Amino acid sequence: MTTEILGVIATYGITLLLAWPLARYIVKIFRGERTWSDFMAPLERLFFKISGINPHEEMNWKQHLKAMLTINLVWFVYAFFALMFQDKLPLNPDGNPGQSADLAFNTAISFVVNCNLQHYSGEAGVTYFTQLFVLAFLQFVSAATGIAALVVVFKAMKEKTTTQLGNFWDIFLKTITRILLPISIVIALIFIFNGMPASFAGKDTVLTMQGDTVNVSRGPVAGFVAIKHLGTNGGGFFGANSAHPLENVNYVTWMTEMVAQVVIPIAMVFALGMFIQRKKFAYVIFGIMTIGMICLLIPSMQQEMAGNPEIAKMGIHQATGAMEGKEVRFGPAATGYWSTVTTIISTGSVCGWHDSTMPLTGLMQLLGMMLNCFYGGCGVGILNYYIYIIIAVFISGLMVGRTPEFMGHKLEAREVKIAALITLLSPFLILAGTALSSWVLSHHPDINWAVKPSAWLNNPGYHGFSEMLYEYTSANANNGSGFEGLGDGNIFWNVSTGFVLILGRFLPIIGPVAIAGLMASKKYVPESAGTLRTDSLTFGAMTFAVIVILTALAYFPALALGPIAEYFSL
Amino acid sequence: MKKYLWPSIKLTLLLVIVLGGLYPLFLAAVAKLAPGKGDGVTVTHNGRVVGYENIAQKFTDDKYFQPRPSTVDYNAASSGGSNKSAGNPDYLKTVQARIDTFMAHNPDVKKEDIPAELVTASASGLDPHLSPEAAYVQIPRVAKLRGIPADRLKQLVDANTKPPVLGVLGVATVNVLKLNIALDDLK
Repeated sequence: MTTEILGVIATYGITLLLAWPLARYIVKIFRGERTWSDFMAPLERLFFKISGINPHEEMNWKQHLKAMLTINLVWFVYAFFALMFQDKLPLNPDGNPGQSADLAFNTAISFVVNCNLQHYSGEAGVTYFTQLFVLAFLQFVSAATGIAALVVVFKAMKEKTTTQLGNFWDIFLKTITRILLPISIVIALIFIFNGMPASFAGKDTVLTMQGDTVNVSRGPVAGFVAIKHLGTNGGGFFGANSAHPLENVNYVTWMTEMVAQVVIPIAMVFALGMFIQRKKFAYVIFGIMTIGMICLLIPSMQQEMAGNPEIAKMGIHQATGAMEGKEVRFGPAATGYWSTVTTIISTGSVCGWHDSTMPLTGLMQLLGMMLNCFYGGCGVGILNYYIYIIIAVFISGLMVGRTPEFMGHKLEAREVKIAALITLLSPFLILAGTALSSWVLSHHPDINWAVKPSAWLNNPGYHGFSEMLYEYTSANANNGSGFEGLGDGNIFWNVSTGFVLILGRFLPIIGPVAIAGLMASKKYVPESAGTLRTDSLTFGAMTFAVIVILTALAYFPALALGPIAEYFSL
Repeated sequence: MKKYLWPSIKLTLLLVIVLGGLYPLFLAAVAKLAPGKGDGVTVTHNGRVVGYENIAQKFTDDKYFQPRPSTVDYNAASSGGSNKSAGNPDYLKTVQARIDTFMAHNPDVKKEDIPAELVTASASGLDPHLSPEAAYVQIPRVAKLRGIPADRLKQLVDANTKPPVLGVLGVATVNVLKLNIALDDLK
């Protein structure tokens, strides 16, 4: 028990130790300073030359968004058709079939938007070709998209008055060649030397000790799992995700995957302070995010280590905690820690099933995704937090009766309107989606153009409601984990979550980039004694209060019907 | 948008080649030097491959240590857990049935001493490990059926226990397949 908690603390400590130098490195790259990775420069120049791109052309915020959306559209079309016709493409040793149109739609979008909500199982639903050339590729580029959008906001916050915010292609490609690819290779090598498969060999057949014949799925797992975590993607190579013993071999690979998924989100917070040269501002943000994480983490770990009260009633001692849907080599403390981290930072990989965690742990997972800004996904976490900052600045301005200012620019009606709309978007998508699925379930349980809704739920009662709520929350947060008992491999879920995925990804990127771009183009107002200090602890507490109040107001009724009611019924 | 379309398509193609092709090929080549040569680590007994080190397999005979319940019947061509919620009545019946079965096969064990992991399904359905306690609790049964002294079996379990990382991080685990091979080799 003690060693389990020590393992969690050590893993978080290692993450912090690595995040600091990584942040310095990231800042150097985006300032264009010399680094050890300059040997990649000829390759980058070659790519730009072939693609007909001038990486020195400065873009304004609208041009950034246009370039970003165009290339995302190209990825979607490519992924959609590749998944539908994967059975006719090479590298399919297990003879898996092509995906149906609605499933390919959902899968393509889901990987383009960094979510990885998987309505298929990796062993039978995709081929090695689509795993590598489509899904792993998208895991790299979708993470780079989020980071590139954030770097635009960094630049906008740093400059006094400008419309020139760097070049999208340059930031995007360097994110891949200088950050994601080299670190992924290091991580994958750790996995490989711990025995994780990495070859292209198909399923193996073995005769077991007692003479059963079983098949064992394998494949090029290590590289996939590396970028799956580093890019906060979370889509599993196998159906069981990071609970699968070939996708997460031992405690060392567990620690590596855990560090990999949260190191860039934390490093980006440090990088923010270094890049705009306001370190205290970043420290306060980091502090608030960490406090937020701990508030979600402690109940989760405590609940999982305490065990299932219903099983305790049967007379089972549960010294090792709640073990349903968990693996012995990780244990309940580590699985609780993972479940919190994976939901706050939008990875959505799991090392134990969230559907089988205790009700309060499920509540913390849902809250983590609804908040979606404690560290948050690659790039987008800080963008989400940025919206809360704008709201907090606005409310503080109202309270003291001054025109609010942020980073030396006046915050006016247009920016606040955008921030308010983005804030309202998440509750709208999550609650409207859950309401729609609940309505279909209760009023049309026998429609058969999809799988019968009456067979959607894997669990009765409050928890069944939570399964639907979780799916839309995960789709909106671009998280990708699920209460996986939900029967979501059908037209209803593929299409409805598909649209939530698109809106929940691109609007929360467009919003902050637009606000930052608009603000940066305004006249610079030097700080004076009357300026609201955004790097103070008071302002940090103010932001935290805004986050808590907005979330509680939006989601409390739904949460009361789901995990909270379930908790009181056990 | 039009201005960005061709650059997007060309850049996508180049990145697909590097990230989807060269990156995994490089890793597959390096993996030739690693345990299992990148194909997964197998276990050999009496000259034949009897399974994968990290994939649980079924042991129905009471003479062997048994792994955790699996919802995919230990078939590693798929993977997954039950996804049952803590208070699901059907699920609790399944757990009760597992407790009863365990008690019937292990009459010497008191109910409160049954580790939870032996009556709950693992996440992957392929969990190859037990905690040392879950191996100890099966010792009286195996000892009786094999006629081996219990303390000899406890030594065997301890010899097959992998301690936490550096002795302090994480959990101790016993690999059931390796333990059972060692058990068969005790003669």
